[in-house]
Amino acid sequence: MGKVGRYGEYGGQYVPETVMNAVHELEAAYDKYKDDPDFIAELKALYRDYAGRPSMLYYADKMTKDLGGAKIYIKREDLNHTGSHKLNNVLGQILLAKRMGKKRIIAETGAGQHGVATATACALFGLECEVYMGAEDCKRQSLNVYRMNLLGAKVTPVASGTSTLKDAINEAMRDWCSNIDTTFYCIGSVMGPHPYPAMVRDFQKIISEEIKDQLREREGKLPDCVVACVGGGSNAMGAFYNFIEDKSVRLVGAEAAGRGIDTPDTAATMALGTPGIFHGMKSIFLQDEYGQIAPVYSISAGLDYPGVGPEHTYLRDTGRAEYVPVTDEEAVCAFEYLSKTEGIIPAIESSHAVAAALKIAPEMGKDQILVINLSGRGDKDVYSIARYRGVDLVEE
Amino acid sequence: MKNRIDSCFEQLKANNEKALITFITAGDPDMETTEKLVLEMFDKGADIIELGVPFSDPIAEGKTIQLASQRSLKGGTTLDKIFDVVKSLRTKTDKPLLLMMYVNTIFKYGTERFFKNCAEYQIDGVIVPDLPFEERDEIQPTADKYGVYNINLVSPTSADRVSMIAAESKGFLYVVSSLGVTGTRSDITTDFDKLLAPMKDFDVPCCIGFGISSPELAEKMSAFCDGVIVGSAIVNRVAEGGKDSVPAVGEFVAALKEPLR
Repeated sequence: MGKVGRYGEYGGQYVPETVMNAVHELEAAYDKYKDDPDFIAELKALYRDYAGRPSMLYYADKMTKDLGGAKIYIKREDLNHTGSHKLNNVLGQILLAKRMGKKRIIAETGAGQHGVATATACALFGLECEVYMGAEDCKRQSLNVYRMNLLGAKVTPVASGTSTLKDAINEAMRDWCSNIDTTFYCIGSVMGPHPYPAMVRDFQKIISEEIKDQLREREGKLPDCVVACVGGGSNAMGAFYNFIEDKSVRLVGAEAAGRGIDTPDTAATMALGTPGIFHGMKSIFLQDEYGQIAPVYSISAGLDYPGVGPEHTYLRDTGRAEYVPVTDEEAVCAFEYLSKTEGIIPAIESSHAVAAALKIAPEMGKDQILVINLSGRGDKDVYSIARYRGVDLVEE
Repeated sequence: MKNRIDSCFEQLKANNEKALITFITAGDPDMETTEKLVLEMFDKGADIIELGVPFSDPIAEGKTIQLASQRSLKGGTTLDKIFDVVKSLRTKTDKPLLLMMYVNTIFKYGTERFFKNCAEYQIDGVIVPDLPFEERDEIQPTADKYGVYNINLVSPTSADRVSMIAAESKGFLYVVSSLGVTGTRSDITTDFDKLLAPMKDFDVPCCIGFGISSPELAEKMSAFCDGVIVGSAIVNRVAEGGKDSVPAVGEFVAALKEPLR
């Protein structure tokens, strides 16, 4: 068994020979810079001055009273520059790419949030940027496509397979094989070959670092439960990571059940997936008996992925974290609930976490604390939610 | 029993020939045609044939083989059906047959069960483009147990990895001609003399593949190695002719083999 980048049996580096040297080069660069004081100082300055960190930890008083259970805090990653947690990772990777002398950045994107974050950082650092996006997702998230164009990135729609996130990753990997000398692949989640799952987690773990500090100051204690949505799993990994050793903290990932886990229109990898090797990693995937990757569905383009990061699979198998499926309907209701109750319009991805919290919080004691990681803002989703509710929005 | 791949290269060396290895996607357009295509290609000069096992998400393939995989899967191709066609082929040919496939297909089928079947149906080797040398233990011990070769790949970026990989290679070394995915290229400009310099220390044949689209390019590439591998250019002809592509493919294979004799 390969020795590097394993979480139990999961993880690894299952990539074509053509990119192996590049993967090793990235691994070496990351190992070199992750503890480098200049690198850390530059990243911290960007987090503070450009991204607007630390993100606020907001006490949701109305929601708490309404649900009648745990005190609910909302980690406002939606207030991060570009509107989601994605920029935390991208700034880290782009600083690394710069130090490695790479001039061209490629990325995949589902909902478009990672693509927008990557296009943003490339604009800031003057790097060429190409973003692969499923043709179906380009339609669902046309606003983000336009945003990426505004930021100077080229968006390439991918029409193969199911025309969603996994196909965008396939195409980005093909590009990477073709342009390995010049190109840095900025992966948006805790997935892919090592070192990506570890590196992306490390750039996102600032979320749980901040939650811990902010709660210590406000409440003088740890949370009892942290809830985050899981597609590939980057915001959840970031929100969980610094609590893994604190066994009293319950860690809950909310995955996309689509129209339900008893229907074929689902993306609930944790509920229905089986072990496999795909996109550079051993983890669990939605697939048939012959290992063909299943077409997946969710109202949320950002959770519409047939696999999950290897460290999440490990956390599940070891019982440290639990994962619950949330349907489109539950997510849309949570989207509307948070908008009306707290005046915060959450991303449809993050609405899956809100939906899980709506079930968990009432069962907890009033002296307990639940933190929702609100990974992104919902402006991008207003059209598709309106469509879901049968409202036709036409702009003249 | 001696692996057919080794016997094949010994024979070619004795005849002072270079190997022609051809690829088609199994089940494109259907299994019946696959069987006919294999027999026709062997008849017209192919020395070794790779059957592509279609995968839903073939990250190492260009458009041509992506589309062939989709056509095949749409037609209901499964690994078991491919084993069936190999079983039938083995009553008609004793030449080397390989499967080119993605690691998830083996892993999900069950590595033990997969290689046991390969041995039973007399598959001589597998090529797994998304299983790099460092992760070979995923299949290597089981492949060895059943006498099936795991064909290693090197590429223009392999550099100092070539010796390490060659030292543990059996059958032949698959040399990826240039950066990128499978698919035809008009020319290939990789410095093979430099890339393959370490190969003088190893007794394993080298075959160049990815992008070889014509007899002219096959001839040019053959100067650097012991054989050439042609996939997409053949698959394009299968795509054009469908069930009726057999004569055109045969003709093309004969033309490819000509400069290698």
